[in-house]
Amino acid sequence: MTYVFQFGDVWRSIDELLWGGLLTIELSLGGLLFGLALAVLSAYARMTWPRVATPVVGAYVEAIRNTPLLVQVFLIFFGLPALGVRLSADQAALFALSVNFGAYATEILRSGLESVPAGQVEAGLALGLKRWQVFVKVEMFQAMRVVFPALSSQFILLLLGSSIVSAIAAREMTAAANDVQSRTFRSFEVYLVVTAFYFVIATVFSTMLEAVDRLVFRRQDRPREVS
Amino acid sequence: MNRVFSLNDLTYILLATRWTVLLSLIAFAGGAFLGLIVALGRVSERRSFRFACATYIRLFQNTPLLMQLFLVYFGVNIVGLNIDPLAAAAAGLILNAAAFLGEIWRGCIQAIPPGQDEAGRAIGLSSWHRMWLIVLPQALRIAIAPTVGFLVQIIKNTSLASIIGFTELTRSGQITNNATFRPFLIFGIVALLYFVQCWPLSYWSRKLELRLGTDGKGT
Repeated sequence: MTYVFQFGDVWRSIDELLWGGLLTIELSLGGLLFGLALAVLSAYARMTWPRVATPVVGAYVEAIRNTPLLVQVFLIFFGLPALGVRLSADQAALFALSVNFGAYATEILRSGLESVPAGQVEAGLALGLKRWQVFVKVEMFQAMRVVFPALSSQFILLLLGSSIVSAIAAREMTAAANDVQSRTFRSFEVYLVVTAFYFVIATVFSTMLEAVDRLVFRRQDRPREVS
Repeated sequence: MNRVFSLNDLTYILLATRWTVLLSLIAFAGGAFLGLIVALGRVSERRSFRFACATYIRLFQNTPLLMQLFLVYFGVNIVGLNIDPLAAAAAGLILNAAAFLGEIWRGCIQAIPPGQDEAGRAIGLSSWHRMWLIVLPQALRIAIAPTVGFLVQIIKNTSLASIIGFTELTRSGQITNNATFRPFLIFGIVALLYFVQCWPLSYWSRKLELRLGTDGKGT
């Protein structure tokens, strides 16, 4: 049997796929934003109340990093309503992606913060900065410099992992592809096109993140290289 | 009217864990074999091999695993072969693991000082012998910790097999939940079962890193 590829049905549904792609990007950026906020909060909490926050943050990180995202998505989407919290599929997806990315970002940020020499903090305090100012301007900035590449690749994993939320029918690109394939039965063609879209989106984002890394964090390296 | 969640359901979920373990082992074994080839191709002296393997890694690291599984599943059907979900999931997970392990191991191989390879050349070993007898044994030592870490990734990845219809741990949870509707309890148990598989490996990987000083801080 020879198979005839037919992309006609896919092109006719291209709008639907592209709108799905937009939601994929929105979900990923949302997950990045809220996840980073969670990570910074975790880091700050661990610094301010180490005795309480260290075990709590540790449990959060370990629980998320050692269970699949798909199960986390199911727990949030099906489990939370049982506790009286009702979320739409899109909201549950954003929530799950944020909590998931937050755990990885917390761990990455921790390693970055540990790499900032204690003398830097002491110098900041000696200059009369408040503790939180030292945290933001000295510790966070230097830590971000160290961990930016790791955070970038974790973000790409988040972007690709967001296809998993199609399992609860959040309306992102994979879910759109599922819809199109159930209407047209052109499964292989639809998924091939969508895979190519993911590839393009992931490549564009990693190129952009590399540029940001060079412009924001590596600029100070240049004079040092010259001397 | 929903059924009540009973001991039978718990047993069903517990037993489904064996499919997750089996699929993880298949994905790791196949992924390791193919991944070694990819890693060797990546550091090959031939440009075409390097390029082919780099492209392979790039494609698989920049597309979702779920799409890779779908493409394998539907792609094989196109050729006219019937493929059961286990075989499709195993094939997809192997191809995916090969790309990631290939990239991890390439780093390990390249971390071995070039002097080692040059010394082998000086005593007249062939490139094949230099790789097998000198470079790989040393690379193996630093590869263990990240490889064990990636094993955790593989176990978690097998949950996606549920989406193409293979009844492993996650899908057994879904099936049970559809019948009894106790989502918090059921997916809590499922998450716990993944955790008891993954956490010891994560812990071990961290210990190995510290012992071998390959976390960038030691020795």
